[in-house]
Amino acid sequence: MLTNQFTTDNADEKQTDTEKAADFQEARQFFTRNEDFNALSAATECIYPKDDNGPGAVELGVPYFIDKQMAGSWGTNARDYRHAPFIKFQQVESMKGKSEEQSPTNPPYVVKHSETELQRHQARLTRGEIFIEGLRKLNQESQKRFSAPFYEAEEEQQIEILKDMESGNIKLKGVAAENFFILLRRMTLEGAFSDPLYGGNRNLAGWKMKEFPGAQASYANIIEKDEFVKMKPVSLTNYQGH
Amino acid sequence: MATKLDKVDAVIVGSGWAGGIVAAELSKKGYKVVGLERGADKKSEDYIGTKDELRFSMRYEMMQDLTKETITSRNGADQTALPVRTNENAFLGTDTGGAGVHWNGHNFRYLPYDFEIYSKTVERYGKNKIPKGMTLQDWGVTYDDMEKYYDKYEKMAGISGEENPIGPYRSDKFPNPPMKDTPSIKLFKQAAKELGYHPYQIPSANVTQQYENPDGETINACVYCAFCETYGCDFGAKADPIITVLATAKKTGNYELRNDAYATKVIHDGEKATGVLYMDIRTGEEFEQPADIVVLAGFVFTNTKLLLTSKIGKPYDPKTGTGVIGKNFTGHFSNVTYLGARGYFKDKKFNSFAGAGALASTLDDFSGDNIDHSDLDFLHGFEPHIRVMGDRPIGNNHVPKGTPSWGREFKEKSLYYTNRNLYVDAQAAALPWAHNYLDLDPTYKDFAGNPLLRVTYKYSKQDIKLGQYAIKRAAEIMEKMGADIVDEDELPDDTQFNNSYPNSHNGGGAIMGTDPKTSAVNTYSQMWDMDNLFVVGSSSFPHFSNYNPTETIGAFAYRASEGMDQYLKNGSGLIEKPSV
Ligand SMILES: Cc1cc2nc3c(=O)[nH]c(=O)nc-3n(C[C@H](O)[C@H](O)[C@H](O)COP(=O)(O)OP(=O)(O)OC[C@H]3O[C@@H](n4cnc5c(N)ncnc54)[C@H](O)[C@@H]3O)c2cc1C
Ligand code: SF4
Repeated sequence: MLTNQFTTDNADEKQTDTEKAADFQEARQFFTRNEDFNALSAATECIYPKDDNGPGAVELGVPYFIDKQMAGSWGTNARDYRHAPFIKFQQVESMKGKSEEQSPTNPPYVVKHSETELQRHQARLTRGEIFIEGLRKLNQESQKRFSAPFYEAEEEQQIEILKDMESGNIKLKGVAAENFFILLRRMTLEGAFSDPLYGGNRNLAGWKMKEFPGAQASYANIIEKDEFVKMKPVSLTNYQGH
Repeated sequence: MATKLDKVDAVIVGSGWAGGIVAAELSKKGYKVVGLERGADKKSEDYIGTKDELRFSMRYEMMQDLTKETITSRNGADQTALPVRTNENAFLGTDTGGAGVHWNGHNFRYLPYDFEIYSKTVERYGKNKIPKGMTLQDWGVTYDDMEKYYDKYEKMAGISGEENPIGPYRSDKFPNPPMKDTPSIKLFKQAAKELGYHPYQIPSANVTQQYENPDGETINACVYCAFCETYGCDFGAKADPIITVLATAKKTGNYELRNDAYATKVIHDGEKATGVLYMDIRTGEEFEQPADIVVLAGFVFTNTKLLLTSKIGKPYDPKTGTGVIGKNFTGHFSNVTYLGARGYFKDKKFNSFAGAGALASTLDDFSGDNIDHSDLDFLHGFEPHIRVMGDRPIGNNHVPKGTPSWGREFKEKSLYYTNRNLYVDAQAAALPWAHNYLDLDPTYKDFAGNPLLRVTYKYSKQDIKLGQYAIKRAAEIMEKMGADIVDEDELPDDTQFNNSYPNSHNGGGAIMGTDPKTSAVNTYSQMWDMDNLFVVGSSSFPHFSNYNPTETIGAFAYRASEGMDQYLKNGSGLIEKPSV
């Protein structure tokens, strides 16, 4: 249906326009094979599933968020030191450490980095290549165990494989499996909770679940308040636009 | 061939707090000064509308461009050092203003004990208290000597603070009142008081009211916007070099800052430094900037690297303990220095999303030598604190121990506790050891073909014991605060340094002292071996206290500027002679 922006102030129709704009931005830039992308969607949904609290990773747009990130400078490690020699893969394996789990991650500059994290960043592979390697392994492993690609397996079966990935019981080429998993988990949360300008946190639904108010200009008025203050979240589109 | 430029009075590598303060002080006195900054040209406007957690906290937009250069790191001389390849493990400053633009603004003075740590330890506990291999040394200057520089720095940066009930002598009050309290800070203070401690509001460079500093620069009032650390201030309310010292320097007409100018060598004739060689990284052209004095203010790693690659001073040798360049490398590191306890509150909700970079409370009851160490198996101390920086949604997904870190239960609990968790952690001191040092890496090279700087760093029993003790105290406070679940961070005895540099709290490499055999610079940051070369910043700290370093960096930069002025007036000579 065609609408004229000068003649209508119908809220519902405006909503429709916004949804259409978002839809145009959801096509794969990085992942070429459908089955890779399907595995990605299923894996992120396992990590952050839809439940009574609200949408899960897929509905939040996380797979498209990750696709866009992989197509950009993050996916190609464009800001990183990439000079050889890279350590040999055997060494990568022997350096295995604890996963990031349970480490305090806030404030952000106090993020505890496990040895696994360091290990990940000694990989010859870029983050994009690590994702391809990891996602294909999810499908292969699932095919082997359950005679179905990962994205068609039952949730319990998917969880079993992801747990094996997390604990390094599955072997990948060029990167330790747990490092792929750390990256996958981290990027799922990023997609759920970053500003919607990156393609995730669709309709600010991630922030709404967390009661996070977004890019407010100031909290001077509430900083001393005892009671919890609920606010309508503000995206950067709104914040920068005013 | 490098193009040789016209000589100036001073050339400064770096435009952070250290380089900025020197630039302001020298240019105000009428000297012609050139600043070289490897990073991009930035103004305060560049940070308006940047409340974007992904871009700044997760993608490290404001940190060093590692495609050009990084450090390599290892846990001992028997290992091969590996490059720190990504910004997740290297929060180092770049661009105009350096790390001073994306800092929080926690603003501490060091203690009288810090400056005389060796003497005071021996005096109180005897020589045997210092473990073998711990290269503790006095700084060669006292707190009383430094007080006026601290005061000057605080007035320049408009520090907002409250008197520390058990703090050292101050000649004057803070220029601005402390930051507001929050319910969580009140809870912390009350609990701390009940335990017999002396909590106070951390002095902050998030300025609490519009303020004009003695140089005539205006800093706005902080609006508690919660996007402060790793971000530039949206409101011109956080004291940073751009809106203070660099603005002051620029106003004089005597300071020129060149961006995209990567310093690669100090040019010298063995006796005097004659200038700095740098590359314009946009064109690859090389330039030589001659000057009467050369100032290195490029942070610990650059300062040390430039001395080593330019072959100035005697490199430290960990086998013999001789030489000084690279000695006493220390720092605050994430998996030993910032541990504590997270509390989960079942029925209490906080406005956790609100905050400011340095909105925080701490206590000094455990700092320095304030506790009796006779029966403890570590020296120095820590400051337990609660910080209300504003929890952002990607970084704030905490769940009580035993909860899975992903999946249905994780989602449920992390959402429930998003606004129901608080963290008390402790910043602990880092003391120097003979086996922790900086030198040049034999394998990896930077963009210009020079070797990367190599860090060799190992945790000692001292670090682990201190950290474990601090975790217990943080947990006690959290218990008193009434959390239903208190999760202590883990610090096993065999914890290894994780080769991560998460905050540019590093020191050493060109340390100060009174004896050229054990120090690289005097207390005016002047090289013993080359009297017209000044090396400014925390590279001159012989150890790292349990406080954030920047005010002390600033105070010593003011002192160094006085020395430079004297040197330029005299035309030669050491401002301060060796004591032995
Ligand atoms: C997230 C974060 C939060 C922090 N919070 C606090 C806090 O609350 N309180 C506190 O006290 N401290 C804090 N710090 C530390 C504080 O930022 C530093 O102590 C301080 O900024 C160091 O100042 P500096 O001038 O010595 O070095 P820098 O700020 O690092 O400045 C050095 C400058 O030199 C430039 N440079 C380096 N090498 C070269 C070269 N070869 N050629 C040309 N230019 C070069 C760099 O690009 C940089 O701009 C924080 C740091 C971080 C990362
Ligand atoms: S919290 Fe205050 S000082 Fe920090 S960025 Fe926001 S307004 Fe600026």
